[in-house]
Amino acid sequence: MLPQSKSVQDHCGAAIIWSSTGLISFGVLWLLGDLLWHGWSQLSWSFLFSSPENAGREGGIGPILISTSLILGVCMIVAWPMGLGTAIFLAEFTQDDHRFGRLIRGSLDVLAGVPSIVFGLFGNALFCQALGLGFSILSGGLTLACMVLPILIRTTEESFRAITSDQRLSAAALGFSTSTTVGSILLPAAIPGLLVGSILGIGRAMAETAALIFTSGYVDRMPESLLDSGRALSIHIYDLAMNVAGGNPNAYATAVVLVGLLIIINLAASWIAEKWTTLNQLPT
Amino acid sequence: MTRFKLVAWLGAFFFIVTVFSQTLAMGTQGKLVITGSSTMAPLVSEIGKRFESLHPGTRIDVQTGGSSRGIADTVNGLADIGMVSRALKPQEHSLHGAAIAHDGITMILHQDNPVHELTDKQIKAIYTGDITNWKTVGGPDAPITVVNKAEGRSTLELFLQYFQLSNRAIRAHVIIGDNEQGIKTIAGNPHAIGYVSVGTAQYDATHEVPIRLLALQHIPATLETVQNGTFPLSRPLTLVSKTPPTGLAQTFIEFSRSSAVHDLIHKQYFVPLP
Amino acid sequence: MILSTNNISSHFHSDQFLLWSLRFLALMAGSLLLLVVVFLVHEAWPAFQQIGLTSFFTDADWAPTEKLYLLTPMLWGTLWATLGAIMLAAPIGILSALFIQYCAPPFLARGYRRLIELLSGIPSVVFGLWGLVVLVPLIARWQPPGPSLLAGILILFLMILPTITLVVQASLAQIPVSFIHNATALGLSRWSMIRRVILPTAKAGIFTGIFLGVARALGETMAILMVCGNVVQTPSHLFDPIRTLTANIALEMAYALGNHRSTLFVSGLLLMGMVVVFVMMAEGLRHREIYAATK
Repeated sequence: MLPQSKSVQDHCGAAIIWSSTGLISFGVLWLLGDLLWHGWSQLSWSFLFSSPENAGREGGIGPILISTSLILGVCMIVAWPMGLGTAIFLAEFTQDDHRFGRLIRGSLDVLAGVPSIVFGLFGNALFCQALGLGFSILSGGLTLACMVLPILIRTTEESFRAITSDQRLSAAALGFSTSTTVGSILLPAAIPGLLVGSILGIGRAMAETAALIFTSGYVDRMPESLLDSGRALSIHIYDLAMNVAGGNPNAYATAVVLVGLLIIINLAASWIAEKWTTLNQLPT
Repeated sequence: MTRFKLVAWLGAFFFIVTVFSQTLAMGTQGKLVITGSSTMAPLVSEIGKRFESLHPGTRIDVQTGGSSRGIADTVNGLADIGMVSRALKPQEHSLHGAAIAHDGITMILHQDNPVHELTDKQIKAIYTGDITNWKTVGGPDAPITVVNKAEGRSTLELFLQYFQLSNRAIRAHVIIGDNEQGIKTIAGNPHAIGYVSVGTAQYDATHEVPIRLLALQHIPATLETVQNGTFPLSRPLTLVSKTPPTGLAQTFIEFSRSSAVHDLIHKQYFVPLP
Repeated sequence: MILSTNNISSHFHSDQFLLWSLRFLALMAGSLLLLVVVFLVHEAWPAFQQIGLTSFFTDADWAPTEKLYLLTPMLWGTLWATLGAIMLAAPIGILSALFIQYCAPPFLARGYRRLIELLSGIPSVVFGLWGLVVLVPLIARWQPPGPSLLAGILILFLMILPTITLVVQASLAQIPVSFIHNATALGLSRWSMIRRVILPTAKAGIFTGIFLGVARALGETMAILMVCGNVVQTPSHLFDPIRTLTANIALEMAYALGNHRSTLFVSGLLLMGMVVVFVMMAEGLRHREIYAATK
């Protein structure tokens, strides 16, 4: 891609890059290795499917996995349409100094910096109490959607803006409607940004603890509906590690399962993105 | 665009259908909402599960949020029962409290610390910053790392009450939230001192966590001494309700105080009622 | 933007429908912040009324039981932790992105990227747990007490690095290949190309990445709670324990009533204020960049 390294500057640059990534990789592998080391002995198929017993010290995390998936599902279903729509609006229909656009963008930026615990309290007041949903998976998912929205919109908007104008000009010259231009030409070209947005968004959603304690709750029973309270994986890890004596081994095991789940989701997201891009490419 | 629109509409449709069907399907067949102390939540959660298996069709939902939240939610009617990890204060006596177990508070040190006992006066001096080095109390020449609990926690209030201190007088180096955070902090620092729940500490000390429990006024800190009342620092774990409990709430509270749950209380390293 | 509504004379009904539905969605998204602010102000109002804004910066200490509500040490704690984290994460994040996009063979690039993606999803409690059990004892051995500003900075750094890396890498991936071909044709060396062509083109992405990273760092609660020590004091050096505004809310919200509770919401508003200031600074910079580029 880039020309061969020749000068001292190039070699220095390469050395810095390689050593910093090496350091980071070492740190991450240390962290993951620590998790695996402590949690491996607890992992088994029954751990994944059975219910927690003895305050989570024994048994498994089956219902918790289901609750987490449901919360994540609600979050994504609510956040994606709104996020994509807003991003397209900001990128395609507003100029940089458009007042409404700037207002929306500014307010989303500020939203990105709100602490997770404030979101938890806000979600509790709005979804659990004002809207009457109580401690439920729905409240948790909606609260997470609010948290994840700024990330989705920011990254998606950036990727739309990065598409050079010749694509749009060609489309206009060919007489395409805006809808067709956006849907068939711009959207596929913005896939890298969309992918990053979804991965970061899902990552953020699964990593959240403080926001969920007050909204989707602590109950570790198998949820029977979206209006049931359900414990998320991150809350289970926190409770086992910080609140329950002797919960350490299962806390680490749950963390390993969470990391595994993330790997699967990220692989799936990348696969979908690739398929979408190749489906839309014209044969050369 | 059509493909995207289709997906979006399907998603929205599915979502709406799920929500509405579930709203219709949800029937209340005896549901209790219990909120409050995170110390008590695992125990009450386990009691709830056993209660549900003995009374099919009931649902006991336990949420955390702290003792004050337990009180506030009970007063507001957001919760049927509140969990409070202390005795009720005078201003809370309009509520009805029922103790279900006892818990003690012990001072802990790192296992490698040669100091084996401290007097009340020494502990007080360490916490106010008058003693700053372990050698003053017979230990190694190293600065003491004082671990205190965050304000508002019932453990802290009991500690302050027993040692007759005000929180502002304490010079702490680390402030922790939950019990296990305290234990992990002290286990990672050979020159730290702190205080946590007796049951938690006893469990961890016997499971290869490098901590040691200190005796208080020469009385060893064990679940047995808390049980027979000789250990000076203990607190009741209380379930509170707004009015004298009736119906399902009453059944549940009585169940929690009965001997049917003594094994659950032991498993969580608390002390059952005599 | 040629698709701006000002100069389109659209013949297509679908376009009108699209525009209005997009406007609606954007409005919903934007009004979220309004809801959050209304909520925060409503909860914080008693504190403003009964304690007054100046007390938060002039009281003697943070001791709610004795009606003292000084927020400044925690403000400094938040600022220093975020600053330290971003100063580490921004350069290393950009370097990592360059590594993935240009310097590494495809297999290594994919693997490293997967590693970073993983890092982005690890919960704050796991970072906090690892920090408490592994990092803090290490620091304690070097310089007690262990939980400190340094621990907070390192953990925050690990948490925001993936955001910066991934966002910058995505924007690097969208740089048209022709830019690089042109630069090569001009005879630029690798490093010059990175400095003069690639990084300036990806500037918007770098901004976004850093912004999202700062936002995340400012709002992080659980991990900081576990590794920073939570002592209310203005840090004088890296090994001092600190308490951030977010950790304060998390520690005390469970037990706070009345004015104490309202003050915690005031600190939430203070945090949002800091983000607003940061956003305005970033917007100002962005505008100057754009107009400078078009000259």
